[in-house]
Order: sequence, then structure tokens, then C-alpha cells
Amino acid sequence: MPPLATAALEKRLDALLNPVLSSRRTAAPLAAGVATLPRALQDFTLHWVEVIGRTNYEMAYQFAAAAPEALPALDTQAAEAWIIQAMDSYDREGLYQGSLVFKQYADFAQRGLNAHGVQFNEVATVLERFVCGLAGRRLNIDSAETAWTDTETLYLPPRITVGASRDENFLIYKIIATLLWAQGRYGTFNIDLNAALAHHSEPARALVWLNYLEVIRLEANIARLLPGLARDLAALRGESGESGESSDHDARYAPLRAVDAGVRDSIALLDTLDLQQAVPRRAWLGTLRPASAKAAREARLTREKDALQAALAQLFKEQIQNADGAEENQNFEVRVNHDDNLGADVELTLGGKPLAPPKPVRELLDSIVQDLGEIPDEYLLANTAQEATGEGDGDEQDIAPADGPAVYYDEWDFQRRHYRKNWCALRELEPPAGDAAFVESTLKKYAPQVTQLKRNFELLRGEDRLMKRQQHGDDIDLDAVIAAYADMRAGRELPQRLFTKRHKAERNLAVMFMVDMSGSTKGWINEAEREALVLLAEALQVLGDRYAIYGFSGMTRKRCEIFHIKRFDEPYSERVRQRIAGIAPQDYTRMGAAIRHLSALFETVDARTKLLITLSDGKPDDYSDNYRGEYGIEDTRQALIEAHRAGIKPFCITIDHEARDYLPHMYGAANWTLIDNVLRLPLKVADIYRRLTS
Amino acid sequence: MDASTSTRTATPLQPEARLITHEPYYEPVADEIALFEAACDSRIPVLLKGPTGCGKTRFMEYVAWKLKRPLITVSCHDDLTANDLVGRYLITNNETVWVDGPLAHAVRVGGICYLDEVVEARKDTTVVIHPLADDRRMLPIEKHGELLRAPDSFVLAMSYNPGYQSVLKELKQSTRQRFVAIEFNYPSETLEAKIVAAESGLDAANIAKLLKLAHMTRNLKGNGLDEGASTRLLVHAAKLIKRGVAARVACHGAIAEALTDDAEMLRAIDELTSSIF
Ligand SMILES: Nc1ncnc2c1ncn2[C@@H]1O[C@H](COP(=O)(O)OP(=O)(O)O)[C@@H](O)[C@H]1O
Ligand SMILES: [Mg+2]
Repeated sequence: MPPLATAALEKRLDALLNPVLSSRRTAAPLAAGVATLPRALQDFTLHWVEVIGRTNYEMAYQFAAAAPEALPALDTQAAEAWIIQAMDSYDREGLYQGSLVFKQYADFAQRGLNAHGVQFNEVATVLERFVCGLAGRRLNIDSAETAWTDTETLYLPPRITVGASRDENFLIYKIIATLLWAQGRYGTFNIDLNAALAHHSEPARALVWLNYLEVIRLEANIARLLPGLARDLAALRGESGESGESSDHDARYAPLRAVDAGVRDSIALLDTLDLQQAVPRRAWLGTLRPASAKAAREARLTREKDALQAALAQLFKEQIQNADGAEENQNFEVRVNHDDNLGADVELTLGGKPLAPPKPVRELLDSIVQDLGEIPDEYLLANTAQEATGEGDGDEQDIAPADGPAVYYDEWDFQRRHYRKNWCALRELEPPAGDAAFVESTLKKYAPQVTQLKRNFELLRGEDRLMKRQQHGDDIDLDAVIAAYADMRAGRELPQRLFTKRHKAERNLAVMFMVDMSGSTKGWINEAEREALVLLAEALQVLGDRYAIYGFSGMTRKRCEIFHIKRFDEPYSERVRQRIAGIAPQDYTRMGAAIRHLSALFETVDARTKLLITLSDGKPDDYSDNYRGEYGIEDTRQALIEAHRAGIKPFCITIDHEARDYLPHMYGAANWTLIDNVLRLPLKVADIYRRLTS
Repeated sequence: MDASTSTRTATPLQPEARLITHEPYYEPVADEIALFEAACDSRIPVLLKGPTGCGKTRFMEYVAWKLKRPLITVSCHDDLTANDLVGRYLITNNETVWVDGPLAHAVRVGGICYLDEVVEARKDTTVVIHPLADDRRMLPIEKHGELLRAPDSFVLAMSYNPGYQSVLKELKQSTRQRFVAIEFNYPSETLEAKIVAAESGLDAANIAKLLKLAHMTRNLKGNGLDEGASTRLLVHAAKLIKRGVAARVACHGAIAEALTDDAEMLRAIDELTSSIF
């Protein structure tokens, strides 16, 4: 295809970037640049200008400005990596950092040169699951220029190219991830490193050496837990022939390889070394950032202490309720067995009687032992303290009438164990119409997957049932005939139903989707939600299930909002498509009221199975009152229990990595699922729906 | 024997009451055996709850042996009808013959009827077990004009995996509330090692590695896996390794592929395996 002319390009870019253009800043220079590109790259540019513009027009402008120089220097993969990185920076650090990445395309061109190179994006999911399997506690994975961890997130380099093959580069990624995981598991940060190094004349140098010694210590731990990985590591070392290889086997380091070696041994060893010497180089050597790790660890300890005390209070209550249970003055005690290399084995007893705490509590105990090596006594004081809130019921007067007519819902106050009457004012609103072209471009983006999706759903629908013993039908039911014959011989009446018939099983099912429109979904989450709805609608059209879609958000109990996207009885029309496209992040997430409202809407629907599926990105939360935290979780849970009572089955799809801390409590162990990568949300939602209803 | 009788013996509708003569290998995990026996003595039906592959079927075989009662197992599927359980008329030699279904058969011989994965059966089938599952302990066979009263030795047991996510596969309250529930879960590490060793004959070092892998896949439950590796999968992998299959290959086939189809999850499990072995 011939390249587009400057004038045509200018017109397109002008339309796409209009909100950030002015009489002094026109699309003309951009068009002149893009005009120099071959047609394929022009199309690529326009496509991404449009996509990026959905998130931020200025970013789209910056991209269009950089594209003419950048794209010829990058292959498609590198170009996409470049764009994704820029948008990622934008999402997290804002416009300035984001547009900076667009200007630094040369970095990506450089990295594209090595054919064996492995990129972070290719391995992130596999490695995240890998460390989740190693476990200990949940860890996030992210990329950063050098490898390091604050013990909550493992930061891995964006690309590894030093290896001789792709396998080798992947292995290096895996080793880095395992070593960073091991820093948490085997307590690198369990003492204040900066304080411990303060007496060195050059603490920064000492820290670099400490990092090296810790790698030796942790490799020994890893060799005990993961001998296979240790073997791969040894092979890699031998082949890559790095200098200083023998120094790891230096006898001076022997104490670090002892089973019970700890970070103190590494620190003690520092005093015996000549720190002026160069630290041996290793491809998997990252950096230590003690201050970040200390902050993360302290925040975690506070959080987990609270969580543990609350969980123990709960356990205590349950034990007392069990008839033979505990007396008021009994204490929790723990015994920690360290000899288990799968993680410490923590036994919990109450008044000497062993307990089998639920999984979240065991994970908490394990995580605390990782940080402290033990469970201090004060952590074991069950927190039964009750806070008085001193707020009364809501009454309709204190809710501004100017906001239009509202419906009022009660809210559950878990501390006082009763409902606050008419506490929340909820209004049903129309979202602004978005551009239905979003639907088209989503379908285009996922074209191959949509075909597969439809086929899968077709299968679900097409599950032909062979109906036996029919009055009329396509075929003779041999079993029935034989039985009839037998009946007849036995002197009974001859049954009439002797045929089989194929029949599509009636799916007597209605599903409501409740979509999180809170401010925290801004950016890619919102886009993923909308894409998910587009794909889902496509699939549900095939299936013929009845469905409705509502968004929810709001701010304070006086302004809870439900956005109507599609009612049950509404066809999947152009208007609905526009509303899906128009779903935009709003404010907060007062989930209880939203659930109560949608449950009420369900009342008029006649279906054997009623399913309420929530798409969410985090905990219930609201502005400036106590909805955040336990109160909101308990109210949401109560609203879900009410829904259950009304014959509705709730299910939650979330992308919040902390979901396991609260979702099982709200939805029950089996009624939620975590999607660990937002980019997968669109395809996964339809998939989960299929599994849920088959 | 003429042709029609041989057809008759081939029909699945005439189950052989299986009397287990050799002691099945079963490692008790808690007090489940005593609980089961007490329920039987009190003539209360039993519900075995737990994930797949954690020893429910083996447990049934064991208690059937211990109680010296025939065991009749029905694997439930979504075409299983009430007639399949109760029985029907057949014609042989120009005569009509009533053939008991497995449930009626178990009642008649006073055996143990075990309905495996009961939620898979059609919803209406569970209704026929209701009169058997409360203190009436009766099975009405309408077709045959018969009302079977269960002898004291009859036991009704069924299994159920509460981890299923499908909303269509939940056990109705009216059914579940008739049963005493026994909860099954993966055995403790020491016990599991003992079981895998007994079942496969594999050496302790390799078994320890398998258990490590199992533990790691269980960490992944809810993080991309619906279930972690069950004891059954470990036994499978152990048997393959014992026969000389390379550990990485055995674990890929017997564990990873059995747990997931997701390419990245498969890769992650393979990476865990290769790190351990
Ligand atoms: N407690 C146990 N004692 C002996 N073998 C067990 C035990 N638990 C699990 N197994 C092993 O696991 C396998 C799977 O158990 P099975 O009873 O088939 O599981 P389920 O019926 O729960 O799906 C058995 O064949 C046996 O090898
Ligand atoms: Mg079984």
C-alpha cells in the first residue's frame, strides 16, 4: 500500500490529538514526520496514537513526535516494549517520566540487537508463579534497571542479554529471582544493615561486599532447597568462565555455607576482608537497598501484628463457642520448628490444646517468623478491643436533596452488630456515552481470540442433550421400548413415551456484572475492564444467557452511584456499546450499597440461577469515613450474605494481589479468583464465566 | 448359558457386590475411621468432603474391608438418572426381569453404597436417596411396586469436593444436612511420604523432592491453579520415577499437565521441578 500523504496524516492526527492541539501547536509537524515512514509504520503509529490517546492525549502526542525517528530503529517487538514501558512509567510516575521514555527510544534499539536476549515481559508471569510456588509470602514482580528487592516486590532487569542462548538468559533471570526471594526467606534484612555497616570507613563499599557475601550464603541455602537449580547454576558458572569463579570456594567463606549461617555471619566476615579489592562480578548480582527493605519490613510487621491479633481474637471466639472450648483466661502459644526447609513449621496452641488455624493465619505466622525468626509474645495477644464509633443512624434529611431522588440502603456496622438504617443514599445514573469505535478496535485487537472464545461458548450452548422417553422425537428410545415391552408383559399399561429427542439444554441463568468504576481503576485497569466487557458481551450473545451490566462508584454514604450500562431486558445495542466505551474511573468503592442495590434489581428477574459477578481491583473503600478496612469488609460481607439469602450467587474476579487477605472472608473460599496480570483480564473474564456456568 | 443371559451379565445394571478380602493399604489421618464406624452404628449416612485424590476412595475400601461389608461404588456423571441408581425391567427369554440398580442392590445385600462425586449427577437423582438418608431408611421402587427397607448393615456414603467453582455444582442443603461430614485433606508431610513410599516403592530422597514440589504447587492454589498436586498425583509421579523415567519428565506428565493447560503455569511448574530435581 502506498504511504499516506502529509495532508491525510495531518487530518487524522488532528482528529486523534485534538484536545492537546491549539493554533500554536498543530498536527502539521507531526504529520510531516510520520509522512517519512513506510505505510506499515504509519499504520502502526496511527494505531498506537489512538490507543495511547485513550489513556492520555499528551502521551499520544509525545509518541507521535518520537515515532518517525524511533520506529525505523526498532523491530516490532522492541517498539512495543518501548511503548509499554512508557505507558507503564506514565501510569506509575506521571506524564513527565512517561514522555521521557518516549524520548529515550535509543535504549530499546540497543537492546534489540542481541538475538538471544530475553525480556522481562516475556518471563514476568512465569517467574511470578515460580516464586509464588517457592512462597513464604506473596511477592510482586516488577522491572527496574538493577535487580533488588524491598522484600515485597522483586525488581528484575528489563532485559538479560549476557547469556549465550535464550535458555541461559532465562536461567539467569530465574537465578536472580530466586536469590531475591531468598533474601526475604533467609533473613538478609532482619537486622538494620545500615547500622551494622556504620563502623566501616566506606559503608557503601562494605554494602557492595556484603551483597556478594550474602549471595554466597543464599546460594548455599538454595543448594539445599533446590539442588536442581544449584546444578544449573554451577554449570552456568563453569561455562561462562567468569573470572573470580574460584573465589566463591575460598575457604574463608566456609562459615557462610553452614546450615545455620545468618546475615550476621556475613557481616562479621566483612571485618576480615580487604574491602578495597574489587568485588567479583556475577551476572546475577543485584544491589542491596537496606533503607527500602527496612521500611517495607517495618510496615509489614505492624500490619501483620494487627492482622494476627485480629485473627487470633476470631479464633478465640470460635473456640469459646465450641462447647468444650476455651476458658477466658487461656493463652495462645506457639512453637516454631526451624528444621523444615519448606519454611518454618509453626504450631499454635490455645491453653495447651493444639489448633489447626486456617491457611491465612498460617501464612501470617510464617511471614512473621521470616522477619523475626520467632513469634514474640505480644503478637499473640488476641485483640478483642472494640471501638465505639458514636455515630447514629442516617436519616434522610442530612443527605442533600439537590442531588436528585435516591434509594436508601441500610449498612452493617460490625462493631455494634446491627444495621444503620437508611445509611446510604444511592442513585442510578447514565454514564456518558463513549466512542463505540472502542468496541470495534477491541474486537480487532483480539480477533483471533474472539473466534476461539465464540467457539468455546458455542460448545457450551450446543451441548445437545439426548432427552429420553419423549412423547415425540427423532429416534426410538430402545431402553424405553424394552421397558415398555416388559411392563406390557407384566400386565401393566403400555407407556407412551418411547422416543428420544435432541434438545439444547435450557440455561436458566441470569448474570449481573458489577464493574468497579472507582478512581483506582484509572489507566490500564479501566481499559482492561472495558475490553473484558466487550469480549464478554460477544461471548454471551453466542450463548444467549440473560445478562446485565452495572458500574459502581461514589463518594461517602450520601453519594453512592450505580451506572447503568445494560439492563437485563435491553439488547446489546449501539447505545450499550457506547456506554461500555464510556465507562470511566470515578471515585470510591462503597461496595455494600452497590451489592444491595443490584440484589434488589435481581428480585424482578425470574431465573433458576442468579449470578452476581464483581470485577474489582481492591478492597471496599470510601472517602473520609471509616468504610476503609474492617468496617467496609464486614459490611460488604453482610451485603453478600443478604444476596445469598435472596438466592443470588456472588462471585468476584479481582486483580488485587492482596485479595486473599479479605476476599475469602467476604465471598467464601471458592467464590473468587485472582487474575495476576491486568493485561489478561479481558480474555480471562469470559473464560471464568464459562467455567463458572458449565 | 444362552445368548440372552450373557447379555444380561454384561449389563452394568447388575453390579457385583464387591467384598474386599485383602486389607487395603490405608493410613489414617485423624479419627476418621472411628467417626465413620460411629456413624454406621448410628445408621447415619456419611459425606466425605475434600479435594480429589486425597484418599476418599481408598478410605471407603478400607472401611468396607474392616466392616466386612460389600462395597458398591457409583461414579456419578451428568447423565446418571434415578433409574440408573434404583433399577429397571429387562427382557430375557421372553420374560421380564427386574434388575436392581446399584443403590437397590446395596440396600438389599446390606452393603455400603458409595456415590462418588455426587454433585456430578443430575439434580433429581439426589431426591431418590432422601428417604434412605433419614431415619426412614427406605428405598421406594415404584416401578417394581416394592418398598425396600434398609437392613442395619446398609451404609450410604457419598463424596463431594467443595472446591468446585461452578455455581451449578453445589450440594443442596436439603441433601447435605442429612449426612455426617468427614473432612479429608492432604495428609501431613510425614504421613504423605509414608503413603507415597508404600504405594510406589520409591526411595526416600526422591520422595522428599516430590513432596517439596507438591508443597510448592499447593502454594499456587488460587494463584493460577485451581488445586495443588494431590497425593494421587504424587503416587503417579513416584511410580514413573521408580520405573526409570527421568524425574523432570515424570513430574511434567504426572503432575504439571494434570494440573493445568495454561502454558505459563506449565512452564512455572516445570521450572520448579527442574530446580528441585
Ligand atoms: N490415607 C491414605 N492412605 C493410603 N493411600 C492414600 C491415602 N491418601 C491418598 N492415598 C493414595 O492416593 C491415591 C488417590 O486416592 P483416592 O482415594 O483415589 O482419592 P479420592 O477418592 O479422594 O479422589 C490412592 O490411590 C492412594 O495411592
Ligand atoms: Mg475418587
